[in-house]
Amino acid sequence: MSIFTVSGSPHVHGEENVKKIMYTVVFAMVPAMLVSIYFFGIDAVRVLLISVISSLFFEWVIQKYLLKGPVTINDGSAIVAGILLGFNVPANIPAWMIIMGSLVMIGVAKMSFGGLGNNPFNPALVGRVFMLISFPVQMTSWPVAKPLFAPQLTDAITGPTALGLLKEGVDAGKTIEQIVSDPQMPQYLDRLLGNMSGSLGEISAVALLLGGIFMVYRKVIDWQLPVSIILTVFAVAGIFHLIDPQHYIEPSFHIFSGGLMLGAIFMATDMVTSPMNMRGKIVYGIGVGLLTIIIRLWGAYPEGISFAILIMNAFTPLINNAFKPKRFGIALKK
Amino acid sequence: MNKLRTFTIGGVHPKENKLSEQSSITVLPLPKQLVIPLGQNLGAPPKPVVKKGDEVKTGQLLARAEAFISANIHSPASGKIAKIDEAMDASGYKRQAIIIDVTGDEWVEGIETSTSLNKEISLSKQEIISRIKECGLVGLGGATFPTHVKMMIPEGKIAEYLIINGVECEPYLTSDHRLMLEKGDEMLVGIQIMMKALGTEKAIIGIENNKPDAIAHLKKLAVNYNGISIQPLKVKYPQGGEKQLIKAVVNREVPSGKLPIEVGCVVSNVGTAFAVYEAVQKNKPLIERVVTVTGTSLSKPSNFLVRVGTPVSDLIAAAGGLPEDTGKLINGGPMMGKAVSSPDIPIVKGSSGILLIKKVESKRSTPQSCIRCSKCTVVCPMGLEPYLLAKLSKLSVYDKAEKERIMDCIECGSCQFTCPSSLPLLDFLRLGKQRVGHLIRTRK
Ligand code: SF4
Ligand code: SF4
Repeated sequence: MSIFTVSGSPHVHGEENVKKIMYTVVFAMVPAMLVSIYFFGIDAVRVLLISVISSLFFEWVIQKYLLKGPVTINDGSAIVAGILLGFNVPANIPAWMIIMGSLVMIGVAKMSFGGLGNNPFNPALVGRVFMLISFPVQMTSWPVAKPLFAPQLTDAITGPTALGLLKEGVDAGKTIEQIVSDPQMPQYLDRLLGNMSGSLGEISAVALLLGGIFMVYRKVIDWQLPVSIILTVFAVAGIFHLIDPQHYIEPSFHIFSGGLMLGAIFMATDMVTSPMNMRGKIVYGIGVGLLTIIIRLWGAYPEGISFAILIMNAFTPLINNAFKPKRFGIALKK
Repeated sequence: MNKLRTFTIGGVHPKENKLSEQSSITVLPLPKQLVIPLGQNLGAPPKPVVKKGDEVKTGQLLARAEAFISANIHSPASGKIAKIDEAMDASGYKRQAIIIDVTGDEWVEGIETSTSLNKEISLSKQEIISRIKECGLVGLGGATFPTHVKMMIPEGKIAEYLIINGVECEPYLTSDHRLMLEKGDEMLVGIQIMMKALGTEKAIIGIENNKPDAIAHLKKLAVNYNGISIQPLKVKYPQGGEKQLIKAVVNREVPSGKLPIEVGCVVSNVGTAFAVYEAVQKNKPLIERVVTVTGTSLSKPSNFLVRVGTPVSDLIAAAGGLPEDTGKLINGGPMMGKAVSSPDIPIVKGSSGILLIKKVESKRSTPQSCIRCSKCTVVCPMGLEPYLLAKLSKLSVYDKAEKERIMDCIECGSCQFTCPSSLPLLDFLRLGKQRVGHLIRTRK
């Protein structure tokens, strides 16, 4: 008689796998990619390609020749990391700088900790912060957004971001009124759609939101996490605006400028580096929101979300330990 | 439309695959030889009262329960005891079994074999319990806990509700479904008998909404029985888990480490209710049960009424024969059933189904590293963190695993079913539970 396979239950498996999750994230980033190509043209394509290809390349080299183990570059995680790194830099950045960033991202932040699932810090953010510190000039001179096929209106090739203008203005002692009347300051609708200077992927809140909704629908992220970040930023910025509208801009400005949307939707929600349980995710989200707005309002940098997420990444193990899921049959309420 | 009830934490939706749901229960002919393992119930196995060479009749006592948690075993056919020896059972181990050469089906005196419905409950509470004990009843949902023990409520506790499990949340299995459709009245009488034994006024049958015919049928019949109601439930695995079912039906949470009676509930299954009817009204011991034989490659997925001790291979043959591409044979359902290496094992009181899985579906995917997606935590019906418990077990950090409530795990497999990295979470959890259980016992 035939002998059958014996293994423990369960004997069936659901539909989910790592690849599917990673490609869901890639798919969710498509709207933001299209917007970046629309506004930054061929430069956006160049940055994204270099970033993705170098990420895949470094992961392959490290897995094959340094770790001498299985090569898993087709699991999609290096592609996600590559796109995210590309999203976090200006479109006119030199190629070799992206490659350096990608080496740090894949080599230091991901593979040296044991690869996918074992890294404590978000690799793309480690890559970005490395680049920001190493190449501060190139990382903070943004090309002016120019819609595809539109005639060149200004001579300006690079321009400040909305957050940069704000920081500069506040530091120079201008009032909010003066700052927003600056002709370089993008209008509300432009900020929503992405018609402004900034890193590749951060410019269009609408495109990022579309991707976020898709990921929530596919259960890749929980909406509570990005929402808790955004609400926290909104609340703190709002309180200061109410107290002193002369020096603190209205809160929605913070939501729709800079990397907040990108960070809240795509970076802070990274499964590997964010907390496991719902209450923990909300605490983490509030932490990211608080740190972001503190850095933006009073820190040296106009932007704060990258540092905020990295700092909260470091708290993730503690948060996991402190906030457990609701257990069945414990703490009965009568 | 009001929302259907269900349990609140976790749960998954495996493909239902109820292939045999339309096939009525058919009686399987007696085999030439029966292999009756002694260890068929949770607790101590009973002691044989027959010896090699004895002639036995159908329904005659073969082994007597001596321990408190144990159950009698009766002969499923008439014939001669060939030997009492070791034989492989569903556990994959050789265990003591009584082997009978079958000569016919001559019943002992005093057992009523007619199928006429008898609704008159004449026995007293005590008589009911001793009859159930005499007839060797165990829970037929799979746990095989002796039924008479369950009917004895501990001092100071009251059973407010008798909850009957008609959920059948395991994919593929349909034996309970068919029983509800075909033996509805008998089951309801069985439930009333249990209510009398427990001193309970209210019984609720929980049935998942994917069996609308069973819900409608029992609802219609139940109007003739006092105190029995039907509760349709949203389809979600593992709703058949005792604690999940209680939560779904009466919204009470059994405290960690406690039994259902703590919240005034006793849970039993529809198959057991039918067996109670047969034992009490017909004096018939538990010697047969309904078993689903199923699988996507099988030509005739079926539900059979089978005598205990019949070889599994007979059931497969009757369901169209063993398909070429079979890679795994499961005793039970795909989520919690046990894989066995060979079809030469007997059906026992606790066998609810035989499932054949294709070779291509028998191999697990290669595990990857945990991506910390927390999906296992989200689906765990006990609110545990399977990724963490598996890691603690792997690292042998058992004291921490105990603190993280590893003993609450009901081994439902939802976590492993869901894990996108295909990690063998439940393998590690079982190991951890075993070790932690050992630690707890040595502490006492
Ligand atoms: S097997 Fe245990 S840990 Fe896994 S989901 Fe079920 S109860 Fe939770
Ligand atoms: S489901 Fe698997 S990959 Fe996800 S957290 Fe649990 S163990 Fe890790």
